Amino acid sequence: MPNMSLEKNKMPEQAPDVRNKNFQEVALGYTEEQAVDEAQRCLHCKKMPCVQGCPVNIKIPEFIAKVAEKDFEGAYQVINQDSSLPAVCGRVCPQESQCEKYCVRGVKGEPVGIGRLERFVADYHNAHCTEAPVKPEPNGHKVAIVGAGPAGLTCAGDLAKMGYAVTIFEALHLAGGVLVYGIPEFRLPKTIVQKEVDTLKALGVKVETNMVVGRSISIDELMEEEGFEAVFIGSGAGLPSFMNIPGENLKAVYSANEFLTRVNLMKAYREDSDTPIAHSKRVAVIGGGNVAMDAARSAKRLGAEEVYIVYRRSDAELPARREEIEHAKEEGIIFKFLTSPTEILGDENGFVSGLTCVEMELGEPDASGRRRPVKKEGSEFQMDVDCVIMALGTSPNPLIRNTTKGLETNRHGCIVTNGDDGLTSREGVYAGGDAVTGAATVILAMGAGKSAAAAIDKYIQSK
Amino acid sequence: MVDMYKILRKAELNPTVTLMEIEAPHVAKKAEPGQFIILRVDVDGERIPLTIADYDREKGTITIIFQIVGATTEKLNHKEVGEYLQDFVGPLGTPTHVEGLKKVAVVGGGVGCAIAYPVAKKLHSLGCVVHTVVGFRSKDIVILEDEFKAVSDKLVMMTDDGTYGVKGMVTAGLEELIQSGEQYDEVIAIGPVIMMKFVCKLTKQYNIKTVVSMNPIMIDGTGMCGGCRLTVGGETKFACVDGPDFDGHLVDFDEAMSRGSMYKPFERHKYEETCNLFKKEVQ
Repeated sequence: MPNMSLEKNKMPEQAPDVRNKNFQEVALGYTEEQAVDEAQRCLHCKKMPCVQGCPVNIKIPEFIAKVAEKDFEGAYQVINQDSSLPAVCGRVCPQESQCEKYCVRGVKGEPVGIGRLERFVADYHNAHCTEAPVKPEPNGHKVAIVGAGPAGLTCAGDLAKMGYAVTIFEALHLAGGVLVYGIPEFRLPKTIVQKEVDTLKALGVKVETNMVVGRSISIDELMEEEGFEAVFIGSGAGLPSFMNIPGENLKAVYSANEFLTRVNLMKAYREDSDTPIAHSKRVAVIGGGNVAMDAARSAKRLGAEEVYIVYRRSDAELPARREEIEHAKEEGIIFKFLTSPTEILGDENGFVSGLTCVEMELGEPDASGRRRPVKKEGSEFQMDVDCVIMALGTSPNPLIRNTTKGLETNRHGCIVTNGDDGLTSREGVYAGGDAVTGAATVILAMGAGKSAAAAIDKYIQSK
Repeated sequence: MVDMYKILRKAELNPTVTLMEIEAPHVAKKAEPGQFIILRVDVDGERIPLTIADYDREKGTITIIFQIVGATTEKLNHKEVGEYLQDFVGPLGTPTHVEGLKKVAVVGGGVGCAIAYPVAKKLHSLGCVVHTVVGFRSKDIVILEDEFKAVSDKLVMMTDDGTYGVKGMVTAGLEELIQSGEQYDEVIAIGPVIMMKFVCKLTKQYNIKTVVSMNPIMIDGTGMCGGCRLTVGGETKFACVDGPDFDGHLVDFDEAMSRGSMYKPFERHKYEETCNLFKKEVQ
């Protein structure tokens, strides 16, 4: 008999006024009892609508059944057939708009906590499994992956499992992409990312850090000189956008990318870090996505007294995950809705001293279907802040498209692919993730990496 | 194909400026004058950009010349021949434009001469007439004199205090050359931001195109963080991908100087900590 509770088992968390002063993980994870209890809420629908909601089609009811039987390692093996990064996805996937959105239990009450269960299973495996993964029999073919982010890691993992000799080329000094430079420690501990990367290495994947494809080596050289038969480009969308308003180059104006890279990749939150960061008192984060929430919550943890999210639409239009918005609110982040900055003010030393904003109101829906914000005339006002973080989105880095002949890109700079398999305009060159879609989610990038791996296998085997 | 970033040669050019030749075949294979690398000395180190001073494609090495100005360069200076650097990535940035130039004045200031040298060398090898004006604070910190001599058709050595060469600022030396009737296709100025600002002020009067090499604070060096942004001709540019070379008559130098001072107190504090660690007096 399933557990008919209308609510999910609550996720144990650090208390808001404790966690907003440290960088340790906010959500603590289910206990075995909570996991089993939650697993028993699954009705094991024949049609499995949840699976269709998952970009990598994890066999969700099957793994949940194993959890209910307390066969946690068995549950991991089920997930592992389809996902290379379950400990990551269980934490950062927007389950509410994917698997859990389609859960039948969600019709009346809350859906099954699929993400929380995935996280539990992955953490259980990481804590208990000591066996190294079995290296598959090599098939004699070489594939290069550009970028060690979610798309590249997934593509690499899938190809390695099929026996390919895979080398990942990463521009930074550490593998993980946005998982290490963007998403903060308190949402995704870096030891988890490292563990996933180590698992890939154990499968035989080589990771070459400090290699900027497009500068250190080109795609053509990889294929013509280094003998790679196919290349997957998962270079992400790393180029930050600014507003082009006066004062944007004042000191203590950051792109969210810079702010988060300093905090996460370079560990600027630690006392002993060699990398500096502004320890500001009053911070305005411009934007309403997950990255804006991450930046705001990081600034709070660095000791800011007041942190604002400045967003030009209203609460309902915030693109961030609800869970992140709620966490931010609990931690004392102040939301200034229907507000748009027009100028950043500076003091005599060139540091930020304030932010001029206008009030907005919502007009007719625009192309995105959201109501377009319109400026209210004469509504200018000033905010007293000493740091401004621009979290306005990112676009793909031009380095690869500028250095790879015949690689078609669209007007946004995104690589053009022919649908699901990720084939670009160049034979043997595949792409996926943010480099193709523009800034999106970890799991969509993983889905793209997975499809591309299958397509690359088909391409090489049919040559 | 893993590069190991071994230190093959180390030389003290003056008490605060050190040369290192690093094994990095992938960087050496592609490096051109004007480009830079980013390195980390140790596991938890910060990423610092340094312009490539020389490269040897056959040996697979890159030469860097750095001034000890803070914690990281102090730590770097304590690395010896045979030891390894944690990370070394490049070549980054756009190479200096040298093609088609017939006569150029290269102006170098202080440790900026380390960056001016490969540019002068490349121009010389392409048959361009190279006049070089290099300036230092004082005689005891003069670097690369012989190297410059070898690639310059005319070399003016200058010191602020007159202890070596001609007394005065590089702007004075350059102006004298211009006034004596020398006609340059271009002036390439590399040194402290304040020096580049005044060189540009001068060359603007004479309407000579001037290229400067900017060296702002940056993290990734691939266009990701935007920390290195500066205003050029009213537009925001990223030094790491759009530069580091820019048209000096369009650069907002005052803004660049201000941005460069963002972390001064932190850097000072870290430097003192590191000096304590090495039981060394703070410069």
